[in-house]
Amino acid sequence: MNVRILWLGVALFFLPLCAQAQGFAGLGTTTADGFAQPVPDPVFDFPQDHGPHPEYRIEWWYLTANLQGGDGRDYGLQWTLFRSALEPRRTEGWDSPQIWMGHAGLTTPDRHFVAERFARDGTGQAGVIAAPFAAWIDDWQMRGTAPPDADAISSLRLTASGRDFAYDLALTAQGPLVPQGAGGYSVKSASGQASYYYSQPFYELTGTLTLPGGPIEVTGSAWLDREWSSQPLDEGQTGWDWFSLHLDDGDKVMGFRLRDATGADYTAATWIAADGAPAPLPNGAFQITERSVTDVAGRQVPTEWQVQIPSRGLDITTRPLNAQSWMETLFPYWEGPIRFVGTHRGQGYLEMTGYE
Amino acid sequence: MVLQLRGVTKSYATTDGPLPVLRGVDLGLNAGETLALTGESGSGKSTLLHLVGGLDAPDAGVIEVAGSDVARMDDEARAALRRETVGVVFQQFNLIPALDVAANLSFQARLAGRHDPAWQDVLADRLGLTPYLRRYPEQLSGGQQQRVAIGRAMATRPAILLADEPTGNLDESTADAVLALMLELVDETEAALLMVTHSERLADRMARRVHLRRGQAA
Amino acid sequence: MRRTALWGMMAHWRRHPGQFLTLLLGLALATALWSGVQAINAEARSSYATAAAALGQDELNQLVDPSGPIPEATYIALRRAGWGVSPVLEGRITRDLGVIRVLGVDPITAPPQAQMVDLSAPEDLVAFFSGRAYAPPELAAQLGPRFEGQEVRVAATLPAGTLMMDLGQAQRVLDRPDQVSRLLVWSEQPLTRRPLSEIAPALNEAAPEDRGDVARLTDSFHLNLTAFGFLSFAVGLFIVHAAIGLAFEQRRPTFRTLRALGVPARTLVGLLAAEVLALALVAGVIGVALGYAIAAALLPDVAATLQGLYGASVDGALSLRPSWWIAGLGISVLGAIAAAAQSLWRLWHLPVLAPAQPRAWARASARSMRVQGVIAAGMIALGLVLLGAGQGLVAAFAMLAFLLLGAALALPVLLSGVLGLGAGMARSALGEWFWADTRQQLPGLSLALMALLLALSANIGVGTMVGSFRLTFTGWLDQRLASELYVTARSEAEAAELRAFLAPRSTALLPIWSVEAPLPGGPGEIFGVADHATYRDNWPLLTALPEVWDRVAEGSGVLINEQLSRREGLSPGDSIALPVAWEAEIVGVYSDYGNPQGQVMIGLSRFESQFPRAAQLRYAVRLPPDETEAVMTALQREFGLPASTMIDQATVKAISLAVFERTFTVTAALNVLTLGVAAIAMLTSLLTLARMRVPQLAPVWALGLTRKRLAWLELMRAALLAALTAVLALPVGLVLAWALLAVVNVEAFGWRLPMHLFPADWLRLALLALAAALLASAWPVRRLARTAPSDLLKVFANER
Repeated sequence: MNVRILWLGVALFFLPLCAQAQGFAGLGTTTADGFAQPVPDPVFDFPQDHGPHPEYRIEWWYLTANLQGGDGRDYGLQWTLFRSALEPRRTEGWDSPQIWMGHAGLTTPDRHFVAERFARDGTGQAGVIAAPFAAWIDDWQMRGTAPPDADAISSLRLTASGRDFAYDLALTAQGPLVPQGAGGYSVKSASGQASYYYSQPFYELTGTLTLPGGPIEVTGSAWLDREWSSQPLDEGQTGWDWFSLHLDDGDKVMGFRLRDATGADYTAATWIAADGAPAPLPNGAFQITERSVTDVAGRQVPTEWQVQIPSRGLDITTRPLNAQSWMETLFPYWEGPIRFVGTHRGQGYLEMTGYE
Repeated sequence: MVLQLRGVTKSYATTDGPLPVLRGVDLGLNAGETLALTGESGSGKSTLLHLVGGLDAPDAGVIEVAGSDVARMDDEARAALRRETVGVVFQQFNLIPALDVAANLSFQARLAGRHDPAWQDVLADRLGLTPYLRRYPEQLSGGQQQRVAIGRAMATRPAILLADEPTGNLDESTADAVLALMLELVDETEAALLMVTHSERLADRMARRVHLRRGQAA
Repeated sequence: MRRTALWGMMAHWRRHPGQFLTLLLGLALATALWSGVQAINAEARSSYATAAAALGQDELNQLVDPSGPIPEATYIALRRAGWGVSPVLEGRITRDLGVIRVLGVDPITAPPQAQMVDLSAPEDLVAFFSGRAYAPPELAAQLGPRFEGQEVRVAATLPAGTLMMDLGQAQRVLDRPDQVSRLLVWSEQPLTRRPLSEIAPALNEAAPEDRGDVARLTDSFHLNLTAFGFLSFAVGLFIVHAAIGLAFEQRRPTFRTLRALGVPARTLVGLLAAEVLALALVAGVIGVALGYAIAAALLPDVAATLQGLYGASVDGALSLRPSWWIAGLGISVLGAIAAAAQSLWRLWHLPVLAPAQPRAWARASARSMRVQGVIAAGMIALGLVLLGAGQGLVAAFAMLAFLLLGAALALPVLLSGVLGLGAGMARSALGEWFWADTRQQLPGLSLALMALLLALSANIGVGTMVGSFRLTFTGWLDQRLASELYVTARSEAEAAELRAFLAPRSTALLPIWSVEAPLPGGPGEIFGVADHATYRDNWPLLTALPEVWDRVAEGSGVLINEQLSRREGLSPGDSIALPVAWEAEIVGVYSDYGNPQGQVMIGLSRFESQFPRAAQLRYAVRLPPDETEAVMTALQREFGLPASTMIDQATVKAISLAVFERTFTVTAALNVLTLGVAAIAMLTSLLTLARMRVPQLAPVWALGLTRKRLAWLELMRAALLAALTAVLALPVGLVLAWALLAVVNVEAFGWRLPMHLFPADWLRLALLALAAALLASAWPVRRLARTAPSDLLKVFANER
């Protein structure tokens, strides 16, 4: 998915801007402090690449889902596990210089539930294993339930809990893994910051939400992003607006805009056909315009957008399920389910950071 | 002669230098004789009395009391002189407040080692103090206090009784009575009496009278 | 008018600068002792608060295993079951500079209340993971920038004596891999957390107030200090009262003249009050500064005491608090007003026309003395009633206060009686006068003598208590520390090797294994001990059932320490609930001085079955005493055991006694200061009296005593009064000692000590009091001996 946590990573673990960030020379290039750097034209190795890449500074397993409850209402949820490396190595025990962070969100039309977890690496409190796939932090887990011959994450059991909510879902992928950007090499700025990035946007799910009012059976669709990198955002980039869209016709769209305080904004997008074939769109192809601003947690956050991809004839307006989908975490941001109308209809997820 | 003074001088140190009080006093007094020492304020009459009583030492001169020269005495000897040879009666009575009348009466005699209970009874009786023997000085009137002081001084049967304005704090009739008693006792014990006074009336009742002027006997 | 009146009043101080200084000194001293003690208490309390709040344990629940440390795997299992918990590993390491408490934490999972150091900058976090440690300022200064390979940073928020580091680092430093001591429980927990009994049935969830009990334990100690501070303050006020009273008496004519000249009484009282207030503020500032010096000088000893006695860490550095300044000035003003109340009252009622005669002291005081005697008797009676009926530390101190105050008030009455008796027995005129006159001095001296009485009785009482304690303690140490050598292995493996190595070299190898455990009434320790003659012959049992050691050895009975027995009312024959699920029968009680907590001793085999996971690292080694040195050297050579892990009997005893002595350094210092204040009170009073003495002595001089003789008599008078006071102080002091040993110690520490008497100390103290009195009277007497006859004669001058 995205740059979003690049920014979180930068905020949480301030990293000195690397002088040779644009060093794209060849595979295995590293920064001065020893972290590996993404290079173009990656060849992913599954199931290995479902697992962690400790030689990269940051990495995540990021899942969002649009749900319909047995009560007829819409819901949305988020499950994310972040890995952040203080040094490009990992060991067993307390010495391991890696930290795990989990975010769980659950959005209803009138409530938004948030939970956050932190863990040390090397103790077993949190981690990711590629096959059989398991990603966990504390009692939260994203466990592979796929048969041995299928992709390790094509079938998942997903759980999380907070003070006043919990969920437990079974997910099954209806399509293939999708590389983002140029074959999985996703550029984040005009000056070349990039990450490795692939998605599984085709999950169908069933499960149970536990809410203060009682359990709710749900069905829906989910989208998993896998991304890892070592590079911070470009200096002038202040935040981003990221969209994942499930079009009613079965196509999917991923698009983001990185806002730049000093220069031009940077956008990137991928049009994913219903069969999983990706078509990366260049900078500028994906256009978004604020339509409505909401007062959220004391900030002015744009919650209705006009999204246009003229090259694909897409012109839609998105509305949030709950404009107050504020993630009150260590580094707060807006993340919640949306519905859209216009040239296309459907639902999706919106994430926005950097609105102060 | 029980008292003989020759060329006695005394000055006090002041911030303006020494202030001469006595400038060569000559004086004599026989046993049984009474003498009034008169003079204006500051004429040195009290100082003279103090020197005779061994309360202070002269700068120069001879003060023979009962044959010994007070001027040559050390502290110890002067204390012995005060205990044994002289009796002093002050204007302020100067009784010992911690002791009752009986103890005050006998105090000096017992210090001097010549306590005579019979004589003390006589004295108490003569001075009209018998009813007050268990009282404390502050419970007595001025006249009564002065009688205790006289009794105390006479209890040792001193060779010479020194009195410094003994009736100065008393009204006239009390003063006369006290003086009469004092003269009687002096007469009976054949002591000499040297009394400092500025009262002509009292001075007239003494056998002799010496007037001090500017530190010299006139 | 006010200004002129004030000028007239102040002229007095210009003429009597010594008196002015006395007044300032008295008030400043009183304030200093009081605020010094308060500063020490405040500092200690703030250290406890820091310690109690450390890791948020004053707010957070904790998971503990009554039978020992918690395996790290249990922590992870709890996290995986949804429990919001954060691990803490705590332990002590001994180095040359003392015992350091090592605190291992995980900053990533620690709840916000437990975040003691800001690690939000990633480079700080990296450094912390890889070994950076944090220490409070005093410890950091001792450790330097690096300590045993770890970088040390200062963190003022940490409790004294604590070195905080990452949990993994702490496991390494303490050599306790895969262990944590306890788990902090987040105040918010997820919805789907599984029950504790499913995940870790061995753990208990403890409420916050179950821990952080240092403050409670040390309350008695601080009450002690406060009582002493108050005593010193009271003694100091005697000085102030005397000085203000004297200044009033001497200015009586001035006041009268001012009144006659038309200054209203209200204005005069206001002026005098303003004067007292100004003095009090100046003295308060000096006093607080002095108090700071006293506190700074005493605090290290207090810290050592608290560490030795309660294991409570207190920062040895003193911080200046504004509240402390205000409190110091306040107490100075209050004290001055209390001391001046009588003078102000008298001034208010001062007749414009004075009676011709000076006040008849002796007679007036005879009546007031009767009243005072009745009040004194009432107070002593009240104290005795409290002694019989009251319970608890406060009642004990209230009783002591009543007894002391009663005794002080009774002193002049008793002295007057004794002096009257002396006068009755006197044969000579001089003797009669001496007794009678001494008696007459009493009203003027009684305040100073009361101060002396208080100081002396406090000294006798505390001295007897400390002496009794020392005797008992040394005897107890001999019993308790019977083994020649004590060794602690650094790991189980090393312990096994040590056993093998020591077996042929020793006559007996006695394991001493222990766990911290919740006992009735609070946390404590359970010890497993071997069945050996070392215990059977030496252990200091206070009471026991028959066959006590057989019962302990076979595991059917346990021993408890005196503290636990007294606090919980447990005696041999009773049963006690021990972890895990064991109702054990108590078969004996042993004395356990210097330990604030409850303690239980059980047989070794029972210990092993009851606490299988307890560390089995400590051993007492019996050897021929002359081989101790050689075995220690061999251990060092073979195992590289650091000096801190083995200790021989002589050293333990020396250390214990050193801790003991340091414990009472503060008490001794305060004792000396109190005595000093009493001596100053004497000096002030005698100086005051000396001015009034000349008219009283002059007639006696005139009647045939030398000045020298009079001066000697004056000295004797002071000595007599001091000696009589000392004699009367003895019973008061012994009652105090008894109360301290039998009531206060039991309440405060949980042990009762036998009382021993130390007549040599009393004699020394009496001589000291005599010396103080003679010293205090030396100056006024010397002045008297040198008074020129002409000055004495002024008394007789006709023109007054």
